[in-house]
Amino acid sequence: MSGIPLYAQFINLLAAILLLLAFAMLTQRRVLSLVNLFAAQGLALAISTGIVAFGTRQPHLYASAALTLALKVVLLPWLLHRLIRKLDVKWDVEGLINVPATMLIGIVLVVFSFNLASPISQLASTVTRATLGIAMASVMLSFLMMITRRKALPQVIGFLAMENGLFFAATSATYGMPMVVELGIALDVLVGMLILGVFFFQIREQFDSLDLKHLEKLKEGE
Amino acid sequence: MTLAGFGSQLLQLAIALALAPLLVGWVNQCRAWLQNRSAPSLLLPYRTIRKLFLKDAVVAEGASPIFRTTPYIVFAAMCCAAAIVPSLATDLPFARAADAIALVGLFALARVFMALAAMDIGTAFGSLGARREMFVGFLAEPALLMVLFTASLISGSTSLPSIVDTLAHRDLAIYPSLAFAGVAFTMVSLAENARIPVDNPATHLELTMIHEAMILEYSARHLALIEWAAALKLFNYSCIGLALFFPVGIAAAGGGWQALLGAAPALIGKLAIGGFLLAAIETLSAKMRIFRAPEFLGTAFLLAVLAMLVNQLLGS
Amino acid sequence: MTPTPLHLVIAAIAAWLAIGALGLSRPRHLRFISRVLFPAGAAVALALAVVSGFAIHALPQSTILPLGLPDLPFHLRLDSLSAFFLLLLGAASAAISLFSAGYFRSSEGTAPGLICFQYHVFLAAMAMVLLADDAYLFMVAWESMALASYFLVTTEHRIPEIRRAGFLYLLIAHIGAIAILLCFGVLQGGTGDYTFGSMRSVILTGAWPTLAFFLALAGFGAKAGLLPLHIWLPEAHPAAPSPVSALMSGVMLKTAIYGLLRVAFDLLNGQLWWWGVIALALGLATALFGVVFAAVQTDMKRLLAYSSIENIGIIVAGIGLAILFKAYAKTLLAAITLTAVLYHALNHAFFKSLLFLATGSVLHATKERNLGKLGGLIHRMPWVAWLALVGTLAIAGIPPLNGFVSEWLLLQAFLFTPSLPQSFVNMLVPLAAAALVLSAALGAYVMVKFYGVVFLGRPREPNLAYAKDAGPFERAALVYLAAGCVLLGVLPVHVIELIDPINVMLIGSAASHQIGDNWLLLAPINPDRSSYSPLIVLAVIVGVVLLTMQIVHRFYHGRVRHAPPWDCGFPLQTPRMQDTAEGFGQPIRQIFEPFFQIERQLPSPSDLAPRYSVKLADHSWRLLYLPIARSAEFLARIAGNIQQGRISVYLTYSFCTLLALLFFVR
Repeated sequence: MSGIPLYAQFINLLAAILLLLAFAMLTQRRVLSLVNLFAAQGLALAISTGIVAFGTRQPHLYASAALTLALKVVLLPWLLHRLIRKLDVKWDVEGLINVPATMLIGIVLVVFSFNLASPISQLASTVTRATLGIAMASVMLSFLMMITRRKALPQVIGFLAMENGLFFAATSATYGMPMVVELGIALDVLVGMLILGVFFFQIREQFDSLDLKHLEKLKEGE
Repeated sequence: MTLAGFGSQLLQLAIALALAPLLVGWVNQCRAWLQNRSAPSLLLPYRTIRKLFLKDAVVAEGASPIFRTTPYIVFAAMCCAAAIVPSLATDLPFARAADAIALVGLFALARVFMALAAMDIGTAFGSLGARREMFVGFLAEPALLMVLFTASLISGSTSLPSIVDTLAHRDLAIYPSLAFAGVAFTMVSLAENARIPVDNPATHLELTMIHEAMILEYSARHLALIEWAAALKLFNYSCIGLALFFPVGIAAAGGGWQALLGAAPALIGKLAIGGFLLAAIETLSAKMRIFRAPEFLGTAFLLAVLAMLVNQLLGS
Repeated sequence: MTPTPLHLVIAAIAAWLAIGALGLSRPRHLRFISRVLFPAGAAVALALAVVSGFAIHALPQSTILPLGLPDLPFHLRLDSLSAFFLLLLGAASAAISLFSAGYFRSSEGTAPGLICFQYHVFLAAMAMVLLADDAYLFMVAWESMALASYFLVTTEHRIPEIRRAGFLYLLIAHIGAIAILLCFGVLQGGTGDYTFGSMRSVILTGAWPTLAFFLALAGFGAKAGLLPLHIWLPEAHPAAPSPVSALMSGVMLKTAIYGLLRVAFDLLNGQLWWWGVIALALGLATALFGVVFAAVQTDMKRLLAYSSIENIGIIVAGIGLAILFKAYAKTLLAAITLTAVLYHALNHAFFKSLLFLATGSVLHATKERNLGKLGGLIHRMPWVAWLALVGTLAIAGIPPLNGFVSEWLLLQAFLFTPSLPQSFVNMLVPLAAAALVLSAALGAYVMVKFYGVVFLGRPREPNLAYAKDAGPFERAALVYLAAGCVLLGVLPVHVIELIDPINVMLIGSAASHQIGDNWLLLAPINPDRSSYSPLIVLAVIVGVVLLTMQIVHRFYHGRVRHAPPWDCGFPLQTPRMQDTAEGFGQPIRQIFEPFFQIERQLPSPSDLAPRYSVKLADHSWRLLYLPIARSAEFLARIAGNIQQGRISVYLTYSFCTLLALLFFVR
């Protein structure tokens, strides 16, 4: 433990906080808290990218951190809050399966991701490679969150959280992606959010509710 | 087992006994400030305990000796626990006799006897309190044990002074698994000490009680001992939390009287901040319905398990 | 020639058989049987325990009895493992026999002499199982054990439920016996020599060791009550008379554990790590299952039976962990784990027997098994109640009694696992430790429910006022067992030194000079790492209690007034307002609802005679046993088509067989 430099220990701590937030999002009932947790996750991500930039002296990561901060901590949560206000959404989101069962499945996924990641992280050459398992685990947990929610908005937040996890995996395994790729992804996410926002209004107008089981009625022979 | 060690042990126990009601009074004061009420005196718990000792004990007619001896047993268990947890120094000879797992066992001893005494009188509220307390305990005890296991995996020992030595006196290192364990520990201590959001310590509605329902039949010196034991339990949990997560300021073994006296302001400062945070959590949360308690404690348990898994993965 | 321990043990077995035969000679003479024969059996058991205690440290001895098959006489062997389990058998059955002396009062269904015979044959058969050194004697003794206990279970054979429970027990026992027989068949490895000595020297390769291990796990697990072959335990243990339940729960389940240890560590030469993982998982699943079901029971003895399933699950989980350590050649850790397992087996024999015997006294005094009709018995039956309190605290794992020591050792063993090379197993172990701790915590819940509903509070039925306390024999037995629980709890280092030769024999490494040089302090590996001293904890707690009492009475006063219960000023209080057993278990039922198969009958607002009933059943009936039973019936019906009832058809069968034989011999 003492062989790892201090900044790498900070990164480990932030990785743990990321996983904690992913778990908290899995069990959270209220939509407003979900958005705030997502913003907190974005903040942790930005700080960790900044620390990696500081520790490994790669200035392009500072720009990456600033981009993450602007997009995930400020812009996207603001868009989501606006969407919530316009849709007048304030439900308690009940999942498909109850909370303890969801958390048990979450733990199993975490064990699975940790096991999956340990041979891979031997191959990477960065100092923070041990956190690859945590990044994969957050991706899996966000996926689980998408599966077990019944309303549309938490599913979108799950999708965004998944992207968070992937971004963290990239920073920890390969010290970030090329700037072009990052800008491209950021643009995609932003445009995706805007389109999804439009979609939500359409769904609401059609079905009078954002409950996804109404979309199942589109099956033939129903 | 030197004389200095023995002395340090007795001093820590005496300080725990003396400061525990003060901690409860401080938490009540902070809560009153945060809720914009005028606060009761800081020394009110002491006066309450003294008043209770002076009264005649009223014992129900169907009570067995279990009812009358339980307050003493619970108080003794909490004193033993206070003797093991390093609050001022890690020089605790008695900690050789009981480690972290035995600490959880002592809490279980107190809980089982309280539940049995509650069922002893044979009233509806007694068995309600006993059932709820055992229920909260069945979920909280494994979570606490998992938190202590995480700390012991990091430090390679289950003896609390050794854990504190490892965490406090080695080079500064950050342990991510302790982040998870810290959240889990906070949730468990809220549940075990009968605080909002699990149980309201100031409630007078019987159907929402957990801890209070068990002690409905107690009066006078029995109730005084139980209240003091409850204050000691809060003090112990705070000291365990400080020892695991903020161990700076605890004197190392062999420091002598000066080190002990130097550690006392650190302890009082940390407890003051901790008490304020506890009052803040209580003010900002609402009491959960009793059937949501398993979810709350289940979350704490799974977070603690996750802490152990993160420890295995990251090696810290 | 001084008699060796082995000869003394054989003499004890012969003495038991003689006592049984004497009981058979005067079947209805109750005074003789209960005042002379059962206490004599208890004395023999105590002597057996003492002899075995000495034999643990002695070298193994074998002998051959001129009974049995012509080319396979009975081989007997007394080594450390057998001696330890003989000690367990002797110590527990001494108390149970003493209790039976006062318990079997009137002839209830079966003549007392017959019960005496079956009982002592049961004891002798169990001792023979522990001594057997070849497969034939082992199976003969195993079968005798099953048959004798079947007859004991169906003592009150006039009640149909008891007959049904006995049948189920016999069925599963024989399924297990088939698996054990097949396991021995695999172990002899083609040499045709069925003695254990030759099995030890045979080296099996390929898939054979795995097959042998899993056959042993299935066979001995059926007898021990491991998932999914546990179905007989909650039926048979309550159906039997209480001393027999105590003997079955406390001792017979441990002979199955003995068998598993014998095969896994002694007869098989090497272990594979994944056997340990499967045993660990199965044990923990059994433990959790047992304790969750125990929490919702309303019958005293069924609750204790499910609690036995939980403890067996913990023991098998410990065995799995020991196999895991041994497979990775961490012999010291394997020794510590095995010590914890054997310690827990001994503890369970003591506190479970204590609790079953206490329920026997309650049953005799009140004729009630249903928890909903008991209550407040601490005032009417103080001896039974206070001794049962010791048993309850012991089984709940409260320091400083014995249940806590074995749990402590097992948890310490779990904490050593980060040193395993495989990361998958490393991750699995925190989850396993979490499951173990969860079942232990729930065990405390179950025991508080049991003790609180039966002994505390107020009597729920008026006729409980006529309950009388236990007689002198029963009291003596309960005191003995309670004292055993306390001593096993405060003197752990001596017990571990007793167990240690077994570690040397089975694993090849001793644990005791690591565990405690100081008789006061139990410290596996290193005192700085972890240590526990139950005697000091007990002394400090008692000291503080007495000191506080003195100080309070000196500085203030000790005045007491008696008044009706306060209950928040509620004026009309009846005993029926206390929690029932269902009520106390309701939170657990709500959380663990998927575990049960629940049939609810809820009243509606318009019902004139509203009725509420909840029936909880085991899923394995519907998912596993009923399909198997149905397919067995189906096959039997198809095979029954052979039976036509007409003579010409049967003559045709004989004719066809004759033709076929002539054809093939040609």
